[in-house]
Amino acid sequence: MKNSKKRILFGEYIVGSGLAAALKLKPKEVVNEVKKSELRGRGGAGFPTGLKWESAAVQKADQKFIICNADEGEPGTFKDRLLLMEHPGKILEGMAIAGYAIGAHHGIIYLRGEYVYLKKGIEERIDHMKATNLLGDKILGKRFNFDVEIRLGAGAYVCGEEFALIESLNGRRGEPRNKPPFPTEKGYLDKPTVVQNVETLCYVPYIIANGAEWFRTHGTMKSTGTKLFSISGDVENPGVYEVELGITVRELLEMVGAKDTKAVQVGGASGICVSEKDFDKPIAFEGLPPGGSIIVFNHSRKMLHVLENFMEFFVEESCGQCTPCREGNYRLLEGVRLLKKGDCTVAYLRDLMELARVMQISSKCGLGQMSPNPFISIIENFKDEILYS
Amino acid sequence: MELIPIKINNKEIKVKKGTTILEAARQNDIRIPTLCNHPDLEVAGICRICVVEIEGMRNLQASCAYPIEHPISVKTYTEKVRKARRFNLDLILAQHYGECYSCVRNNNCELQSLAKEYGVNFYRFPHIKEPRYEIDDSSFALVRDPNKCVHCKRCIRTCLDLQEVGVLETAGRGYNVQVQTMLDRPLVELNCVYCGQCINRCPTGALHANDPSDWVWEAIDDPEKFVIIQTAPSPRAAIGEEFGLPAGTSVTGQLNTALRRMGFDRIFDTNFAADLTIMEEGSELLWRLEQKLVHGKDIKIPMITSCSPGWVKFAEHTFPELLDHLSSCKSPQQMFGAVIKTYYAQMAGIDPANIVTVALMPCAAKKFECNRPEMVDSGYKDIDYGLTTREMAGMIREAGLWLPELPKSDFDHPLGLGSGAGLVFGATGGVMEAAIRSVHLIVTGRQVPFKNMDVTPVRGMEGIREASITFENTLERYKFLEGVTLNVAVAHGIKNARQVIERVKSGEGNYHFIEIMACPGGCLGGGGQPIPTSPEIREARAQAIYAEDHMLPVRTSVENPEIQQLYKDFLGEPLGHLSHQLLHTHYTPRGRYTM
Ligand code: SF4
Ligand code: SF4
Ligand code: SF4
Ligand code: SF4
Repeated sequence: MKNSKKRILFGEYIVGSGLAAALKLKPKEVVNEVKKSELRGRGGAGFPTGLKWESAAVQKADQKFIICNADEGEPGTFKDRLLLMEHPGKILEGMAIAGYAIGAHHGIIYLRGEYVYLKKGIEERIDHMKATNLLGDKILGKRFNFDVEIRLGAGAYVCGEEFALIESLNGRRGEPRNKPPFPTEKGYLDKPTVVQNVETLCYVPYIIANGAEWFRTHGTMKSTGTKLFSISGDVENPGVYEVELGITVRELLEMVGAKDTKAVQVGGASGICVSEKDFDKPIAFEGLPPGGSIIVFNHSRKMLHVLENFMEFFVEESCGQCTPCREGNYRLLEGVRLLKKGDCTVAYLRDLMELARVMQISSKCGLGQMSPNPFISIIENFKDEILYS
Repeated sequence: MELIPIKINNKEIKVKKGTTILEAARQNDIRIPTLCNHPDLEVAGICRICVVEIEGMRNLQASCAYPIEHPISVKTYTEKVRKARRFNLDLILAQHYGECYSCVRNNNCELQSLAKEYGVNFYRFPHIKEPRYEIDDSSFALVRDPNKCVHCKRCIRTCLDLQEVGVLETAGRGYNVQVQTMLDRPLVELNCVYCGQCINRCPTGALHANDPSDWVWEAIDDPEKFVIIQTAPSPRAAIGEEFGLPAGTSVTGQLNTALRRMGFDRIFDTNFAADLTIMEEGSELLWRLEQKLVHGKDIKIPMITSCSPGWVKFAEHTFPELLDHLSSCKSPQQMFGAVIKTYYAQMAGIDPANIVTVALMPCAAKKFECNRPEMVDSGYKDIDYGLTTREMAGMIREAGLWLPELPKSDFDHPLGLGSGAGLVFGATGGVMEAAIRSVHLIVTGRQVPFKNMDVTPVRGMEGIREASITFENTLERYKFLEGVTLNVAVAHGIKNARQVIERVKSGEGNYHFIEIMACPGGCLGGGGQPIPTSPEIREARAQAIYAEDHMLPVRTSVENPEIQQLYKDFLGEPLGHLSHQLLHTHYTPRGRYTM
């Protein structure tokens, strides 16, 4: 962790303090505190965490579930791996607090298959927390039980999508379902389920221990808190950084020692690719999308080549269920290849841009809605290079 | 029920909470096009053709999969919507390999209609010029041409959710996603029951039946051959749909004329063989009851019907331990073949080697059935070719005939007279109804105690129906049934069949006799019937069949004079020696998942 200013996650924390504080409150108060913190999901979609909990909390059901989405599959992203390795206690605490808030007694960590080597460490952490009464029965002497188990995913990018993940846990093909009903109404085993990304859960104990007000002092008005980024590409110091939301691209580049930068892919593969003119924009929910990874390209890179890589990834990873994503990504990739060969007319490129927009608004899940982002942004931001060189 | 005020295209309407946008639109005569949606199937929401715009939402929503819970304002044809539909359609077309004029679904294809509706007159994207996948025509029943598949998964949902057989699955991801058979094996190696229900719900020509019409024409055109066709009641109640008539128009008389003009040498009524089946099956039931009740023998009760070859194959795969419960009777189709190539050949003085027997059936599995190796008891293939309703319609058109315009004419005789009991075989519950009518008459000497002889408790479209009938004042011969209550059950669709069998196995269902049909609605909903299908269409066909039953002079199989003649001249008596040889069969336990 070079040069990361220690912020929330990598700052001081007394184990168990968040959970202890939560159990002193009523479940509803916990939900309200999280709502007030304006914490938004760090998985990509940025849905307000408090609202999600609230909608699960009001459901009447004999069973509810908290699922930790540890299926990190974004190219260039490894921040969840780091959290799972170094901060499993915070994840587990976050899950228990969420469980208390919505009335769930069972948590599942859906662990990416490739991360199986992390399983042992997390399990040891679970055992340790049980031994210290932070998990298990009558946690901290209160009438609250919470257990966590680990399940391994088969490793499909789409299983990062809530429903695909749940379907895969239900033993079916990992494909998104129609919403509504949302998982908070009918999720795992058709019971109310809150799916939360690893990083999001890690902030929860801090919010409860230190208060929503404190949390809101970080980040911007609309994007509270900090955010972890896996920063890679043409930089001197790649790695995982925790930064305040609202940081500009330029600040970020400086921090990691990036020189001669031509383009920055913000928000992971499905994020957007910006050029110099946008380097002063903030990375936040109201600015450039704060996904998991940031990839930096210097002037030696060819943008069509970069784009081809992204589109190949999506053609592979689309679940293939809905038309726009299954066929559309393939057409976009084909288009990039035509452009590379110089065989794409301007009229056809216009069609492809329209296709990309149609995919954004008509795909069934986030994957197909976001996968055209790099296509649109690279074509728009690097038009000169693409069309005239 | 809570009503929610919504707006569709600015029109204010109220809908029941939970209604989907698509349903709401249809209830108000607003058309939203669909592709992956089907009234018989679970919602999938995957083709993205039915997308609409909801005020305040950035993304378009699939109207089929959006239940209305709050007041919303929906627009169904904004620029965004039209563009999205058109692009998604263009994407599908680019991947679709096939030419309409050589396609079995030409003029009755949902993809084709959509392309027309959306004014597609060019390919927006480079479209494939070579087939990507092999065609699977390994079975007698089904042909799969994945090159024409649009990935709507209607077939998968049919096979998995509706039928609970589960032969089809999604394989691969992304661009390489494919609808495949289990483990990508040819259908003939799998536990597919050949019900053809997936065909009926496929919007394109990617699934169709294995069509023998060329061979049938060849036989007709061969002066040496004497071609005899039998027609089942369900096709007659449905084939009019292929000529633009509303569902539920019976065209038996016109069809006879058409077949005669096409050159079939004799036209017989499958109802005749259905009556024969009831004679044998009813007698078998009484025999089983007597063995059990009077002699205390270990005879399998309940007896289960065996005239649905889809059901039979399912039982062979899934419940091989229960095969002794299946009636040993062949289906009407096969009984007829055996009788034609023996009794009729003799009577008419024709060498059975020159007789070609064709069966017009509502069914895909019948094609498999007539090719079962054991179906040769006449010394020849009992039935040479099974034609579906759709295929027959094609042949009629090819002959230049327009069915609705033809005069009516009768079947040939003998073997052309069927009772109303044989007729109702076409609807779910029909075999049961026919059996009850005959068995009651045999046991008590009186007609069934139902108004108009309609055994209504076994009718209807519920998945599983149960009924009981108590025998009173029995004839001397059947004294052992005095006061005995016969418990019966009827199931249609493999999913319901499985449930009934589970009830039997758990001891919960205390039945004596069970009717099972593989297809929803029974034969009238068979896999060879006109497309489209829906609950309403199947209901209309059922009504056509029941109405015709009322008009027939003979309503029970026992009273059919041509049947009586057959026993007198040839067979002797039900379950007699010759009957056993020609009309009964045995079953083959098969693997759980394969052959
Ligand atoms: S958008 Fe892509 S990943 Fe999502 S459902 Fe559609 S095909 Fe599957
Ligand atoms: S499936 Fe439909 S669109 Fe395709 S060739 Fe056949 S009729 Fe034409
Ligand atoms: S014919 Fe019936 S069993 Fe076979 S694949 Fe189709 S639906 Fe399934
Ligand atoms: S075979 Fe037919 S029903 Fe099945 S997915 Fe393809 S187009 Fe749809």
